[in-house]
Amino acid sequence: MPVITLTIDEALVSARVGQTVLEACRDEGISIPTLCHLDGISARGGCRLCLVEVAGSNRLLPACTTLAAEGMQVSTRSDRIDRYRRMILELSFAERNHQCAVCVSNQNCELQALAAELGMEQVRYDYLDPDLSMDLSHERFGIDHNRCVLCLRCVRVCDEVEGAHTWDVKARGIESQVITDLNQPWGESLSCTSCGKCVDACPTGALFTRGATVAEMHKDAGFLRRILDGREKRQWRR
Amino acid sequence: MNHASLEIAAEDELRRQQDLRLRIFLCYSTPCVAAGADRVRKVLDELITEHTLAAELEIVATGCMGPCSRGPLLRLRHANGSESLYEQVEPEQARALLLEALDEPSSEGGTAQALALDMPFFARQTRIVLSNNSEIDPENLDHALARGSYGALSKVLQDMTPADVCAEITRSGLRGRGGGGYPAGVKWELVRKSPAERKYVVANGDEGDPGAYMDRTIMESDPHRLLESMAIAGYAVGAEQGYLYVRGEYPLAAARLVKAIKAAERRGLLGSRVLGSNFNFRVDLRVGAGAFVCGEETALMVSIMGRRGQPVPRPPYPAQSGLWGMPTLINNVETFANVAPIIAKGADWFASFGTEKSKGTKVFALCGEVVNSGLIEVPMGISLRDIVFDVGGGLPEEGRFKAAQTGGPSGGCIPADHLDTPVDYESLQQLGSIMGSGGLIVMNDRSCMPDVAKFFVEFCRDESCGKCVPCRVGTLEMYQIMERITKGSANMHDLELLEDLCDLVQETSLCGLGMTAPNPVHNTLQYFRDEYLAHIRDKHCPAGVCQLDHVPVLDMPEHASHLIIDREEL
Ligand SMILES: Cc1cc2nc3c(=O)[nH]c(=O)nc-3n(C[C@H](O)[C@H](O)[C@H](O)COP(=O)(O)O)c2cc1C
Ligand code: SF4
Ligand code: SF4
Ligand code: SF4
Ligand code: SF4
Ligand code: FES
Ligand code: FES
Repeated sequence: MPVITLTIDEALVSARVGQTVLEACRDEGISIPTLCHLDGISARGGCRLCLVEVAGSNRLLPACTTLAAEGMQVSTRSDRIDRYRRMILELSFAERNHQCAVCVSNQNCELQALAAELGMEQVRYDYLDPDLSMDLSHERFGIDHNRCVLCLRCVRVCDEVEGAHTWDVKARGIESQVITDLNQPWGESLSCTSCGKCVDACPTGALFTRGATVAEMHKDAGFLRRILDGREKRQWRR
Repeated sequence: MNHASLEIAAEDELRRQQDLRLRIFLCYSTPCVAAGADRVRKVLDELITEHTLAAELEIVATGCMGPCSRGPLLRLRHANGSESLYEQVEPEQARALLLEALDEPSSEGGTAQALALDMPFFARQTRIVLSNNSEIDPENLDHALARGSYGALSKVLQDMTPADVCAEITRSGLRGRGGGGYPAGVKWELVRKSPAERKYVVANGDEGDPGAYMDRTIMESDPHRLLESMAIAGYAVGAEQGYLYVRGEYPLAAARLVKAIKAAERRGLLGSRVLGSNFNFRVDLRVGAGAFVCGEETALMVSIMGRRGQPVPRPPYPAQSGLWGMPTLINNVETFANVAPIIAKGADWFASFGTEKSKGTKVFALCGEVVNSGLIEVPMGISLRDIVFDVGGGLPEEGRFKAAQTGGPSGGCIPADHLDTPVDYESLQQLGSIMGSGGLIVMNDRSCMPDVAKFFVEFCRDESCGKCVPCRVGTLEMYQIMERITKGSANMHDLELLEDLCDLVQETSLCGLGMTAPNPVHNTLQYFRDEYLAHIRDKHCPAGVCQLDHVPVLDMPEHASHLIIDREEL
């Protein structure tokens, strides 16, 4: 397999041709914060938390969609990047309602964990406090749009792995919202197989199993890698 | 049609035109029709039938003549070549004009206001892109042929290799007119050299900037120019399929393009075996559904492929992997409109217009506080002062020039002390604005700059596709702060927060919309910071535009003391 060499945070590392900067970093044990990325589904480049500096580019590039290249010099941390990552988190918290204390995913939420990890201590922007609905029509699952960060992992996993394409997005900009089928109640969806992949893929408390109460919702996004390894490499593990 | 019969058709049509006693050119583009050109046409048609004159004269319903605010416009050309132009023509005046021209003067109707053809508005312009606009009926292919249309395509197919064509475009120095200013020849060469079984050519006619209508006018007034240039591009890069992406708000442009495509296909100028050669080129139209972001090239291509029009990260660039993963050449409509003339008259001829790094001309939609608003085409490098005061005729009612806004929501405002700046890509960028696609809004001292900036932030907030967090939420938070500033409830901390946010949105957004959304704020803060401070500290709008909630603070800082006087005068 062709191999390339690049510099990440001043250390020489090797990567396979076709790997993204994010994959190259993770293989080296270098952590880069991500939210919209999920191992096993297509990259989106939407949350902008994985931005890194690449020598020769005056723009910050998302590690999850940028291919590693021979001789590339990448910095994954800097004052500028740290500051921007915290600001992006602040915007995500300001966008909808995140009162962790009463959330099903409290203590088990990627957004919350990122805020702690990146040292986001305050939100300086106006809380937009939209009054969004909850859909509890599905017999097993529910969605609370107030906790959704529009990472679209649910959309991609349902389309690309389950093959149902139940989820999609309506409207644009700040009005964007994920929908099931053609904006019908989830419980009436004809395409949903109730497989639960979207729930496990969701990084926040937006998608949950019905009946879960505060801090009870435990998700396992790693399931996806296991399914795909099983399908592709015939390696089954738990 | 082959190369020889193309020439014959053009000559025949020219001869027919020369034999006419009188040709009446009536501007029939959207602004003039809105001003009543259709009523004028009806009266003229009736008169011609009444006097059975159809064999001696013709009415040519042309594309935009330029001074749109003076419409309807009517131009008469006699067989001896003498010409006269009239503005704001009423139907009865048109009737009188025609009768007079036919030596049957009538006293009714009154005389229409004549416009001097050598007035600075016309004299200071150089028309390359718009050269056919006021000469042809866009729905008449023969008119276009008589003006030399498809001649450049014929030349390319007979005498040039694809590499020659790309080299010629590179040598001309043509740069993208869609906003970025990327060298067209370089892009063409990239696509030409990308190996692939299929390639595509796309013309970007999405034109979403508020107030801009350059591309619409080109598509409505001279559709064959665009088709010919796309075919030349197809030959040069090795594509057999072109797509024209037109925004949904331009039904007339779309209709004319469809007609033009059909007419050209019928005569063998498009389709299979173009002009009898081995080159095939089809063009199809795609109509957008009203999203500004679909003008962004990656979103546009996603939309052509039938999916939700949202940008995707670059690289890969369209030249490497565009439509259906194939190398795709995408250029703006105005960029294409320069191609046929460059091929016909040569790269050196084209490069003789403009400046060192910005060649040729630029079409602007000149509007706002200016006497002659309309569509203009000026050589690159002309000063802003010449555009506003010569071509534009200055500001009406002795208003004082305050700033000119270029580049729409991605641009900025150029203040009065930079009026002598040459209008080219680099100079405008140095001033913190951009050339953009060609909107040019003149503002007088009754414009409030924070309010202007707020308008553009609001535009970006509404047009954000919502894919990435900094743009989706950042533009909204920016708007909230701008709203506080213009309402008088902001404090200095808000200003800090705003500037911080601008940096974030600019540096971390996925596509050009987010990346440039902070420009109007950055730029007005650079030149008009005291206006922001007046709103924030003194709760006062110097231009008197904003309704501020708070009573003015009386112990004003030194820099704003002049504002108190304004306030008392009110
Ligand atoms: C938000 C956004 C909107 C755009 N809208 C247009 C447009 O309406 N028309 C256009 O030609 N280019 C538009 N562009 C630029 C295109 O992405 C692309 O650069 C251009 O079509 C390339 O053609 P050119 O090199 O001939 O300018 C837009 C870019 C962005 C980021
Ligand atoms: S989704 Fe996460 S961040 Fe939001 S309220 Fe729940 S736990 Fe907190
Ligand atoms: S449960 Fe499965 S099929 Fe249903 S929406 Fe979620 S991922 Fe799609
Ligand atoms: S529901 Fe969950 S997975 Fe889907 S977009 Fe919202 S946060 Fe992401
Ligand atoms: S910058 Fe704005 S318009 Fe562009 S992809 Fe991000 S959200 Fe969409
Ligand atoms: S993880 Fe890369 S942009 Fe979201
Ligand atoms: S539309 Fe008639 S002059 Fe522009």
